[in-house]
Order: sequence, then C-alpha cells, then structure tokens
Amino acid sequence: MRRTLPIFVVLAVLLVAIAVANPYFLEPPAFLAFVKRAAPLVILAAGQYAVIVSGEFDLSVGSLVTAEVVIAARLIDGSAEATWPVVALLIVLGLLVGLVNGVVTTLLRVPSFITTLGMLLILSGAIFLWTGGAPRGALSEEFRELGRGSLGPVPWSVLILVVVAAAAAYAMRARFGHTLVAVGDNDRAAALSGVRVARVRTVAFMISGLAAAVAAILLGGFAGVSAQVGKGLEFQAITAVVLGGVALGGGRGSVVAAMAGAFTLEALFTLLNLYGISGALEPAVQGVIIIAAVALGAVRFPRRRVAATS
Amino acid sequence: MTGIGKSFLGVRVLGGVDLEASAGEVHALVGENGAGKSTLMKILAGVHTPDEGTIEIDGRSVAFGHPIEAQRAGVAIIYQELTLLPERTVAENVYLGREPVRRGLVDRAAMESATAELLSSLGEESFGPRDLVRRLSVAQQQVVEIAKALSLNARIVVMDEPTAALADHEVELLYTLVRRLTERGIAVLYVSHRLREIFDLSQRITVLKDGAKVTTAETSALDTAALVRLMVGRDLQSYYPPRATEPPGEVIVKVRGGGNARLHDIDLDLRAGEIVGIAGLQGSGRTELAKALFGAEPFTSGEMTPCRPRSAREGISAGIGLVTEDRKAEGLLLNQRVRDNALLVARATGMRRPAVEGLLERVRLKPPRPTQEVRLLSGGNQQKVVLAKWMTVAPRVLLFDEPTRGVDVGAKAAIHELMRELAHDGMAVLMISSELPELIGMSDRIVVLRDGRVAGELPAGATEEAVMHLAAAS
Repeated sequence: MRRTLPIFVVLAVLLVAIAVANPYFLEPPAFLAFVKRAAPLVILAAGQYAVIVSGEFDLSVGSLVTAEVVIAARLIDGSAEATWPVVALLIVLGLLVGLVNGVVTTLLRVPSFITTLGMLLILSGAIFLWTGGAPRGALSEEFRELGRGSLGPVPWSVLILVVVAAAAAYAMRARFGHTLVAVGDNDRAAALSGVRVARVRTVAFMISGLAAAVAAILLGGFAGVSAQVGKGLEFQAITAVVLGGVALGGGRGSVVAAMAGAFTLEALFTLLNLYGISGALEPAVQGVIIIAAVALGAVRFPRRRVAATS
Repeated sequence: MTGIGKSFLGVRVLGGVDLEASAGEVHALVGENGAGKSTLMKILAGVHTPDEGTIEIDGRSVAFGHPIEAQRAGVAIIYQELTLLPERTVAENVYLGREPVRRGLVDRAAMESATAELLSSLGEESFGPRDLVRRLSVAQQQVVEIAKALSLNARIVVMDEPTAALADHEVELLYTLVRRLTERGIAVLYVSHRLREIFDLSQRITVLKDGAKVTTAETSALDTAALVRLMVGRDLQSYYPPRATEPPGEVIVKVRGGGNARLHDIDLDLRAGEIVGIAGLQGSGRTELAKALFGAEPFTSGEMTPCRPRSAREGISAGIGLVTEDRKAEGLLLNQRVRDNALLVARATGMRRPAVEGLLERVRLKPPRPTQEVRLLSGGNQQKVVLAKWMTVAPRVLLFDEPTRGVDVGAKAAIHELMRELAHDGMAVLMISSELPELIGMSDRIVVLRDGRVAGELPAGATEEAVMHLAAAS
C-alpha cells in the first residue's frame, strides 16, 4: 500500500489549498459540484486503469468520447423517445470499440500503443467526415439531465460515479481483478497457470470502452455537443492513473488510487483556475506531472531476457 | 578483502568477512541463499560500497564507487543472468562502450580481429566475432563475457552460478575455460550451489553463512558431507529422501507415439506414487516433453490418456501441473503477494479455493507469510510458492522442470522431501534435472531422451555413466 498512500496525501493537500482560497469549497453544494465536474475523468481513469494494470495502453478513449457525443446528438436530435435507445447504443458502441482494440492487440499482436493510436485517428477521422467539422442535431433534455441534473441535492453524475467506483473496487477484489493484475505482472506465467490471457486483456479494453461511453453520456449532458468534447481525455486519464502510482507495464497499483489520481488532477486544475492561471497552461502542467510521476518510480517495463532457453 | 560489512536499510547482510584469492587460483564461495555471497561479490565489483572493511588488489588498497572503477582495477564479474545485447555482434559486445576509433569512426576491422584473437586464445572455434549474440547458446554467451573480461585485462574474474543455465556437456567446456583463465594467472572467484563443480575446480573454499564467514579451507581437506555441514550448520541426514517401498499404483498418464515439431514417437507411462526422472542433454527435448504433456506446447500426433491437452488450460483441467524451468519468467507473479501467487491457478480455472495458510506450512515456506511480495523471497522460497500454486488445485500429475535450479541446499532438501511426499500421497511425479546425482537420487525410474526420442529407460539407482551413455550415444 506504500504506492497508493502518497496520492491520497497529495489530494488532501490540494483540497485544503482550494478550501483556503475559497472557503465555500468544502460545503456540500460546491464540493458536490467539484465531484460532478470530476466524475467523467474519474470514470475514464477507472477504465484506463484496467487496461494499464493488464500491461497495455488505451489511447482511443478521448476520440471515442467525442464520437459518442456527436453520434448521440445526431441520432437523438432533440427527441425524448430516442434518448434511452441511444444511450443503450452508446454503451454497446463503447464495448464494441474496446472489443476491436482488444482483439487487434491480443490476436493480431499489434502493440496496444499502436492499436489504440490507430483507433484514435480512425475515430476522429470518421467524426470529421461525418460532421464536416460542425456536429449536427441536438441532445434531448432527458439525456442532458444525466450530466447536469440531480436527485435532490445529489447530482446524477455523482451517483453514477459512486456506482462505478464501487463496482470497480469490487471487481478488483474479485477473481477477475486478481487475474487482470496477474496478466499485467507476468503474462507467460499467467498463461501457464491456466489464465486466458487474450480474453482477460480484451475484457480490459472493453471496460475502458464502457468507461468512455459512460463518461461521454455525462460529458454530453454537462458540456453539450461539440467536436472537441473528448479532446485530450486519453492523456488526462493516463496521467491520472500514473499519478495514482499504477505502474506502466502492468501488474502494480490499485484502482482506487487511480481514481484518486483523477480527482487530484481535477483539483489541481481547479486550484490553477482559482489563482487565475490560464487554462491554456493545463496541458503543460499535465506534461510535467506525468513525467514527474513516472520518474518517481512508477515505471517498470517488462524486462527483456537475453539468455536463450533450451 | 578484509573485514567487509554491509547493511541494507538497517539490516546487516554482511559483517567482518575476509576473503583472499591468489593469482591462478580458483576460489569457491559457497553458502545458502541469503548467506551474502552475491552482496560480497557486488562489493568487489563496485556495485555496492561496503560500510566497513578494505579491499586490496596486488597489495594496493582500492575503493570502488562505481563498477567502472572496479573494471579498471581489473575486476570482472560474470552474472548468472548474462548482460549481453542480443541484437549486436560478438565483437560489438566485447568492445561495448570502448570501441576502437579511427578518424572518428568505429574501426570494425580492428575490433573484430582483436575479438577473434581473444576467442582463439580461449580455444573457441564454434562462433566468430561477427555472429549475433542472440544466435549463440548460453554457454557460448559466457565465452563472450569471458572474452570481454580478458579484453579489459581482468586480474580477478567473478563467476556467479555460471553453470545454472548449462547442460552437462557444456559444463565440461566451462571447466576448460576456467582453467585457461587460471593459466593466465587470473584469480577466479567461483560462486555456485553445485558442490561437484566446486570439488572439481577449486583449490580453496570459503563458506559464508548468515552474512559471516564460517571458514576458508583447502578443497582437498573437505568432502561433500563436511561442506554441506559447514553451509547449513547441521547434518542433512541423507542427501535424498528414501524411495517408495510399495510398488507404484495405477497408470495416470499414458502416451503412445506422442510427437510434435521437437518430439518423436514418445511412449511414456506415469504412475501414481512414482517419481519418473527425465534425463538428456540440453536440446534433447526434456522441457519440450514436459510442456507437451502439460499442453503448453502440445503433442500434434499420438495417443495420450486421460486426454491429449491442446493448451495449458486443458492440461490443468485434466489434472496436470507444470513447475516450469524458469520460475521468474514462467512461474511467478513477482510483484504480487505470496497469497495471490498461490491462488493463481485456482482463480484462473475457477476451482474451489483452499486455505492457503496451511499449504504454505506444508511447502515449508519460511516464514510462511502470505502477504510477502514474491520478488523479495529467496530462490528456494520462490520455488516453494510455485509448488503451493499447484497444490491448491490438487493435480494428479505434477511435472517438475529443474525444480532445484538456483536453490540453496536447505531448500533443495525441503523440495525433494515434498516431491517424495506428494508421490507417496498418490501423485504421479515427473522430474527433469540437469544435475545427474539429483536425478538418480530422486527417481524411481529414469527415462533418457536423445534428439526428441526416448533413448532408453533405467531403473532406480542407475549409474551416471549408464545415463550419460544413453543420453550421448550416437
């Protein structure tokens, strides 16, 4: 647990710093608004965690989010009845993109960095082709309620986040989670112990795709339709996971810490905002964070072996 | 080296250790895992700096802050896991970082001819300076490491478990190589678990135990039993546990005409209660046989009961387990806890989950702590975790590929006892070992492989000569 503790300390320090600058921050409405804003990234980080801990990357989630929002707007086109079928379709689409990423990576043995980079380009190209640069259609009020609205004082997105977080924490303690980490730690040993490595990794990509679909539904409601809605989210999610102390290369780190990493990133952006530092600086800050977090010892790429075996 | 002491994070791993080696001597360093051999050698090689003590080379006091400084002072270390670049040529590896340069460019011709000279001075003719390292066998790669040491004018060569990855006939070549080094007046420090090599090669032996020196003795003044006693601090009553007294039970695995790319026409029976030893030279198909029986590299032809597994998963569900040759690469999740490693097979296959704690006691893990990360354990304890991993699913057949490689004497005895115990409880056990005395000491029956075929079968207690005759005959 020594790898996961630091992120909670950093998060607590940042929250206190925000509270110092803005005394209302820790009161329920403001804090819930913060959690609501962070929810899509936290969900994406949970999905990205599944892929990274199994020893792979998923760079396609940002453009998948954009694609999902753009498609939702076009298909719903303001109609209330279309909302729920389209939500279901978005979920299926997310799982499907994950399935393709997983199958190409595991069966065709294309490194996931390349597979998902290719998927990123394919999806963003397809969005551009389909929309001509300006998304058409509109989301229905019902759809936007998920990202904007609330049940009593608690935003829907916070409730959804709680469910996702609980499911993620549970899954990682169940047989599936242990198997996932085993694959990331040593896929040969796992395979020789009876683990279906290709299937487990493919499921990890599908989880990431599912997370992207859920994040897209929340973001569409929260931020509305644009062709930039998912831009850079893949790197934010990876930064969050790395910040949570999860080892690139797989096999180490906890999903709760990865989600805390996402909150930390969001808190940092909030703090920068409070001190009037330009949002344009965010990518630079993120770049520094990801390098620093990895340099601080998270990275453990699988070692290449020199000696030949008989 | 005088009075060497070293602590890591407050844990004292070495204290007051003296060691001397003279020119032309092979000085063996032995001790159980964790005795401090590696730390001592890494101090000599400049990887660690000692907290106390002094090092002298040719009478001059030296202090190394970096491996480069030790290298310049004439210390070369050849690690168990070779550190060559696989995609570069032999010459490039030998002169890595010190390439001869002419007019700003690497002088390949000079580099290659110098390497060729080094290789021929070592009597090596099977490969040349332009060969890619990845195409060489482990034994040949060791020659490259030694050539590199010579090119650095090494006065002291440290060899850490040099035979761990070698087959028997390659060990002979290594002996020749070591003798060539001593003829040049180089002092060889030889770290090994294999007592036979130590008696074959060394003039003196230094025994370490728990970070302190037990003694330095002339090799001629010791025998195996005396040396083992010094290493473990007690008598190992007998080297191997007693064989089964009852005749073996029913046939559990039966192979007729089993074959694939590397194996041909294999007939083999494994019976409950019996330990079958598999002997053969490196490349004879021993590991391939274990992997075929298990299903990881399946047979493509022939009959096998209870089934011919086509994958590791099928092997496991047919009740077969495989303790792989390379436990770090193929057996363990090094970053996970003992408990998660022990439960790996059970979780992967959805079998019932047994209590791990009792099992850790049974495999004699010391201490039996389920929360320890496996990478922090000694080789012997790691192997015990691999055994626990299989015992959780209670296989009917367990295949052991080099189960005691790189394992200290105490853990080795524990693993032997456990294998015998498993057989006694009705498991069919197959064991591969390059160490013939071990194979002969443990097996109820020895099947010898040659070129992927069964060359013959020998009863319990066969002589080494009989086994070698079958393994090497043409």
